[in-house]
Amino acid sequence: MADGHPDLNGIWQAFVSADWDLQDHEAQSGPHPEIMGAYGAGPAGLSVVEGGAIPYQPWALEKKKQNFKNRAVADVSNDAKWHELGDPEFKCYMPGVPRATYMPFPFQIVQGSSNYVLISYEYASATRIIRFGKVDDSPAPAWMGWSRGRWEGETLVVDVTGFREETWFDRAGDFHSDQLHVVERYTPASPYHLMYEATIEDPKVFTRPWKISFPLYRRMEKNLQLLEFKCVPFTEELLFERFTKQGAKAPRGEIR
Amino acid sequence: MKHRFLTLLGILAMAIACSQSPAAAQAPATPAQKPASAKAATGKATSKAAARTAVPRTPWGEPDLSGVWNDATSTPLQRPSSVGGKDVLNDEEAEEFSKELEHNLTRDRRDGSAAVDVNRAYNEHWMDARRLKATEDHRTSLIVDPPDGRIPALVPLTGERADLKKARSYANGRFLAGLPDSVYDFSLPVRCIIRTDSPPYLPTIYNNDFQIVQSPGFVTIAPEMIHSARIIPTDGRPHLPGDIHQWLGDSRGHWEGDTLVVETTNFRADEGVLFGGANAATYKITERFTRVDATTLNYEFTVEDPTTWTRPWTARIPWTKIDPAEQMYEYACHEDNYDLVHFMSGARQREREGKTIPIKPADRIFDN
Repeated sequence: MADGHPDLNGIWQAFVSADWDLQDHEAQSGPHPEIMGAYGAGPAGLSVVEGGAIPYQPWALEKKKQNFKNRAVADVSNDAKWHELGDPEFKCYMPGVPRATYMPFPFQIVQGSSNYVLISYEYASATRIIRFGKVDDSPAPAWMGWSRGRWEGETLVVDVTGFREETWFDRAGDFHSDQLHVVERYTPASPYHLMYEATIEDPKVFTRPWKISFPLYRRMEKNLQLLEFKCVPFTEELLFERFTKQGAKAPRGEIR
Repeated sequence: MKHRFLTLLGILAMAIACSQSPAAAQAPATPAQKPASAKAATGKATSKAAARTAVPRTPWGEPDLSGVWNDATSTPLQRPSSVGGKDVLNDEEAEEFSKELEHNLTRDRRDGSAAVDVNRAYNEHWMDARRLKATEDHRTSLIVDPPDGRIPALVPLTGERADLKKARSYANGRFLAGLPDSVYDFSLPVRCIIRTDSPPYLPTIYNNDFQIVQSPGFVTIAPEMIHSARIIPTDGRPHLPGDIHQWLGDSRGHWEGDTLVVETTNFRADEGVLFGGANAATYKITERFTRVDATTLNYEFTVEDPTTWTRPWTARIPWTKIDPAEQMYEYACHEDNYDLVHFMSGARQREREGKTIPIKPADRIFDN
């Protein structure tokens, strides 16, 4: 770029299966194989966690296992269960950081010359603004956190705090608290690759900081653009059917 | 400008749906630092030339539109009859007009009956204060064409569209009666599917913020509601194929002088996506973004749909730059959408108690 920093503009995607599980995992059926068959199943994958395992505090490891059991359960009939049950991805909630980076969807980095870099994720149309220069603290917790950027040589470093506690890291139930602090590093490795690293710190949940890393690949198709994956309508039956009048029909043309 | 005069139900719906919106608690608005002259706003050639020299540019030579912009105003979309047909007011008239609009819109008024007063309990604390100020160009409507400042006459609807409109009016009626059958009786904003993110952009009660980030070959606009960035290619590529439809449509941009011109087609046909219940097959939005000075950007949009209106129509809204003093915050909606749960639980309870009422068909509650 004219400002001397690497140009990260483009549509990128991770090709790991970390969204199913950050750690080593075998191929697995979905939560409802009796109706979803192989459609709901997930691929196997090697751990993207440095050292292989996430350093959970003992209570937190138990909660992660509970999360996994309840990953495809949703109950918005009362406040206590609203966020306690179910993977946020299952309910089309914003995925948080770093999860947005390794969802099986592309994302676009928009880098100009201003004090802002924008990242738009195809999944749920989630968007985050990375602010450079003197930036105030996060004013309120956010699903995608509060991102402050700086350059270290060729690397874009993004310091992310101010998270809502409800996001998960994957479908295996890996989770964090409101004390989550993520430091991401995007380093060009070729015109077609970025190396991605995220250091994850959360003194309430983990015994020490830990790190994930994997490459991001530039999507190369001609005229490629992000398309919409606005998934709210795909969850309305799941979340709200129980409050619906019996026999009510979706109007013509509505998607279900 | 129906969406400005929300019913209590609509307002409560938004209040609950937007309870996670930090912008509602943003600092009070600061006035625009430099008034846009009436000339600049009416697009006279002289002011355009003056603006050109002042327009900041990106390192790759395009006018720099980047920043956080706010489009709130009290100036109505359509010209009210009270201004006697005038399109631009003199200073004195404009002050009176602005005061009248503010009086009508403010929710901190305490006059009227107890019921009216209770309706205003969702008060100015939650609103964008800038929405109480008329545009500085002293226009009496945001619509600049047709010259009467009004949305043109409708084309009579054909059978199927007339049927759909009627079905929708009963859905709105169920919502207003507190008896929604299902999520489909709510508007798209209440369902947290789209809000101010689908063009054309119109001012609303709060969160009237748009962040523009520019990169070579793209202009990206991130409206505060609902966190959907519209990434607009300006590299001349063709539109998406006709069989792909999107909630925000499909936008292509190009530069005409210092103006970014964006054409958007490929909208989904769902009720509430298109302004005024237009026809997706023939609907097109053309937007023009022109930076006037350091703190003003003129936003103009033209709506065309020959199967809905008898002619195209155009509105112009000045945007005010608010960063770096103010930032745009995340707008989460679906993640804590208590509205749908509460409204429908209430409806089912009323049914159990036999407290239902006859449904009267009603116009749509939100246009955007």
